[in-house]
Amino acid sequence: MTPTDIRNPDYFHKVVDCQWACPAHTPVPEYIRMIAAGRYSDAYMVNWHSNVFPGVLGRTCDRPCEPACRRGRVEEEPVAICRLKRVAADNKEGVLARMPPIPAIGNGKRIACIGAGPASLTVARDLAPLGYEVHVFDEQAKGGGFIRSQIPRFRLPESVIDEEVGYITDRGGVVTHYNQRVGSLRALLAEGYDAVFIGAGAPRGRDLDVPGRQEAAANIHIGIDWLSSVSFGHIESVGRRVIVLGGGNTAMDCCRSARRLGGEQVTVVVRSGFEEMKASPWEKEDAMHEGIPILNWLVPKQVLHEGGRLTGMVFEKVKAERDANGRRQLVPSGEPDVTIEADDVLVAIGQENAFPWIEADLGLEFDRWGLPKLNEKTLQSTLPQVFFGGDAAFGPKNIIWAVAHGHEAAVSIDRFCQGEDVTQRPPPDVVMSSQKMGIHEWSYDSAVSPDLRFKVPHAENEVALRDIKTEVELGYDRELAFKEAQRCLNCDVQTVFTSKLCIECDACVDICPVDCITFTEDGEEMELRDRLKMPAHNLEQAIYVADGLKTGRVMAKDEDVCLHCGMCAERCPTGAWDMQKFLLESAKPKAERVHACAIR
Amino acid sequence: MSFLPKPKLHHPKLPTNALGYTRRDYEGAISTLCAGCGHDSISAAIIQACFELDIEPHRVAKMSGIGCSSKTPDYFLGASHGFNSVHGRMPSVLTGANLANRELLYLGVSGDGDSASIGFGQFAHSIRRGVNMTYIVENNGVYGLTKGQFSATSDKGSKAKKGTVNTDEAIDLIGIALQLGATYVARSFSGDKDQLVPLIKGAMRHDGPAFIDCISPCVAFNNHEGSTKSYDFVREHNEAMNRLDVITGRAPITADYEPGEVREVEQHDGSILRLRKLHAEYDPTNRVAAMHHLHERKAAGEIVTGLLFIDPEPRDLHANLNTVARPLNRLGDAALVPGAAALEAVNAGLR
Ligand SMILES: Cc1cc2nc3c(=O)[nH]c(=O)nc-3n(C[C@H](O)[C@H](O)[C@H](O)COP(=O)(O)OP(=O)(O)OC[C@H]3O[C@@H](n4cnc5c(N)ncnc54)[C@H](O)[C@@H]3O)c2cc1C
Ligand SMILES: Cc1ncc(C[n+]2csc(CCOP(=O)(O)OP(=O)(O)O)c2C)c(N)n1
Ligand code: SF4
Ligand code: SF4
Ligand code: SF4
Ligand SMILES: [Mg+2]
Repeated sequence: MTPTDIRNPDYFHKVVDCQWACPAHTPVPEYIRMIAAGRYSDAYMVNWHSNVFPGVLGRTCDRPCEPACRRGRVEEEPVAICRLKRVAADNKEGVLARMPPIPAIGNGKRIACIGAGPASLTVARDLAPLGYEVHVFDEQAKGGGFIRSQIPRFRLPESVIDEEVGYITDRGGVVTHYNQRVGSLRALLAEGYDAVFIGAGAPRGRDLDVPGRQEAAANIHIGIDWLSSVSFGHIESVGRRVIVLGGGNTAMDCCRSARRLGGEQVTVVVRSGFEEMKASPWEKEDAMHEGIPILNWLVPKQVLHEGGRLTGMVFEKVKAERDANGRRQLVPSGEPDVTIEADDVLVAIGQENAFPWIEADLGLEFDRWGLPKLNEKTLQSTLPQVFFGGDAAFGPKNIIWAVAHGHEAAVSIDRFCQGEDVTQRPPPDVVMSSQKMGIHEWSYDSAVSPDLRFKVPHAENEVALRDIKTEVELGYDRELAFKEAQRCLNCDVQTVFTSKLCIECDACVDICPVDCITFTEDGEEMELRDRLKMPAHNLEQAIYVADGLKTGRVMAKDEDVCLHCGMCAERCPTGAWDMQKFLLESAKPKAERVHACAIR
Repeated sequence: MSFLPKPKLHHPKLPTNALGYTRRDYEGAISTLCAGCGHDSISAAIIQACFELDIEPHRVAKMSGIGCSSKTPDYFLGASHGFNSVHGRMPSVLTGANLANRELLYLGVSGDGDSASIGFGQFAHSIRRGVNMTYIVENNGVYGLTKGQFSATSDKGSKAKKGTVNTDEAIDLIGIALQLGATYVARSFSGDKDQLVPLIKGAMRHDGPAFIDCISPCVAFNNHEGSTKSYDFVREHNEAMNRLDVITGRAPITADYEPGEVREVEQHDGSILRLRKLHAEYDPTNRVAAMHHLHERKAAGEIVTGLLFIDPEPRDLHANLNTVARPLNRLGDAALVPGAAALEAVNAGLR
């Protein structure tokens, strides 16, 4: 097969599974090593450059990195990447001085960001240091978007939001227009901004449509509206018996909030099965731990009410079946209906985009799902000076995607304002550095920890359920954080092979604890994968192939479960293997990039 | 060498054998030899062979002398019996152990210095007595442990690292083993596990003196231009006589072979040695022809490898001495110490 081109930055980037899976491409192993070394502020800054909200994300991130983590493929569970991020945030010292300075004299360009959620704030953070004057509009009184209005305080204390929003809005270059709803895009465009970023989120909660809905309206609440009322203190209590409809994270936040506001008998009711629920496994676990049953395969049929008061709901039992086209469908199971008594119902069955304030004749086109037509890479809309990001761009996702979009949009806006081609994307910043210090010494901790994942300590239920502002998770202390950090396999420390040095002694093959390396006759990829020392059947993971050996064979290394232990390089008599740290920082508008390099 | 032990984590799909062990369960302590040493590859081949043969580690006794090669038993079969004897004395210690307990599998590991110099006599006598064992010489042509002096297997005319030319004739241990009656004789190369692993398996299933001369480059002192035991030299001059498969179950022949291309030899224990011929005229059951062929090819500058001789019906030392079938440690005091009257009877018989 074609020998691997290791100069293509994507090749080694993919080996760092967590970083590749992180939408913002946070250099995870880099900050984890810093935490292990007690360098919390450095670890915080590595995060801050990539994901902007380390303290928020260290508590709330959807963590797409963790299912991708290599550690999960060699033992039971991935590294607790997300909660280690929080350790950096909790233990850092002053970091303000390390942030890129905002120039006293701007570059004369003005940008408007609609919405003060993570997407807009990322745009502002990336552009302000370059001299842009960024105007952020939000109808709420403070910045943060859904981070502030939706995520309950027991998961995310408000002080963390204040701090990290402040790093963006309080250092100059950013003008906030809070309590100000943008009612017309036409009017805003008329104000002559050089570019507009729309980070308005997906603000509309889907409603329930069953008999009795209208009659019992007083006790039926749309989940996201209810949660923001709770966040802002407009709602302080709920009925004793509460039904929460829906199986996503919003449902989990609703039920857990209800438990803290007087709900004693809180039940989550989901149409689908437990496994298919959209909520993250840990959210489901936490909810059940707080005494909240989750009932599956139940579809709402009717709301029961008496004299204008809700009394309960009736559900139909269903099961999943494949229809003629192989599509999964829910069909009645034939079992008797289920009635659940309740005082309040929270509807958390989905979220929608809505842009009533964007005039139809502006030239800004939408697709048939009501989402803006965008270039997926540049996030530019059909109006060249208007860019989208976050939930407003492709429908509801999560914070880290909003941040990733913010970075991409900032690059686009910068290029757009400088008259450059927006579709030409700057390459990532990549540095490779050998970790060799001596014959068996590496500048990273190459030993592989045998420990299983450490649990994050939680507050006891009696304490946690008493006050909605009490943070449930206590976070790792420094000692636990060190041990958890040691579980990271340092996947960014790459095995780099040089054929012309290899004498084909097999030492690396023999020592490799996970049988990654094979010297064999060349062949087509699929066939070659099959006859490696351990067949490489995980096709998501590359095999690293090098030719140019004396015997005419090839070296083929399956990247799948490599522990990055460096044993192969220690055993190699000729230095044909080297362990080299691959540090990649995804492209940012220029000033951001320059500064990020400086902390290396 | 490495300071850190090899991580315990292994490939999630690592297969297990009939005993439920993975190959990693047959490993030993981490090697302290130089990085790239051929000896480490031989250790890996022994590990692979024992794994594939479903050998219970506690049924193996690994014995060695002195040298880098003789250190290696520490690096494989960590759960087996082991004895590290003085220089060149492994064969006698192994013979004694074998006499005391014939039920263990004896694996003698030695070096060219250990077996062809100080222990030459010991080596010769253990072979000619027919001790049931697998005797592997990890042959690097130098005294590796003492920093690379020529050993007795070093070829005449080959060069030392600093340029000295060897003027002495080399001992060919294969030739001696054939001459002294070894019933399983093979040569291989540490850099060719496909060849080596089956040869070790066949030897461990052989009920007589099985001898393997395994060329094993010393990366520190004998892997240079002018050496005849370097990776490059051996790869260039290697002439394999055959390829071996050891079949212990009822595995049917899967590949199609030309008539005369495959030869099967059934060993005493029922295992089948399936030899795929690479040299049509080579007959590995003819001792004299094997010796002749070896000399001829050596003169032509080739290093002949493969299973060079096999006697499928060997006799071993126990058969020759008509010893008791049970290991001594399982005989009662009465049998072990028959008393003065029995001694008297023996003496009387000799008068
Ligand atoms: C209950 C709930 C819990 C969640 N929990 C998590 C979690 O734990 N982890 C996670 O990663 N994600 C979570 N999410 C998703 C996450 O909050 C969003 O994906 C993310 O905040 C989207 O960011 P954004 O910048 O696109 O917009 P948003 O955060 O939605 O911010 C949009 C802002 O725009 C403002 N706005 C909208 N229109 C206008 C206008 N016309 N004029 C002025 N202002 C306007 C809104 O007031 C809002 O403040 C959760 C979502 C919900 C509903
Ligand atoms: C009785 C005695 N004489 C000499 C030595 C010194 N000595 C140690 S190892 C060795 C040679 C080992 O050579 P070899 O068996 O080829 O092993 P290698 O290190 O090459 O694998 C010698 C001579 C010794 N340890 N004991
Ligand atoms: S082990 Fe560490 S570097 Fe590797 S994927 Fe997991 S967190 Fe990332
Ligand atoms: S670093 Fe080398 S020895 Fe370690 S697991 Fe990866 S390939 Fe194997
Ligand atoms: S240890 Fe080094 S020289 Fe030996 S086979 Fe591996 S890469 Fe090649
Ligand atoms: Mg030697």
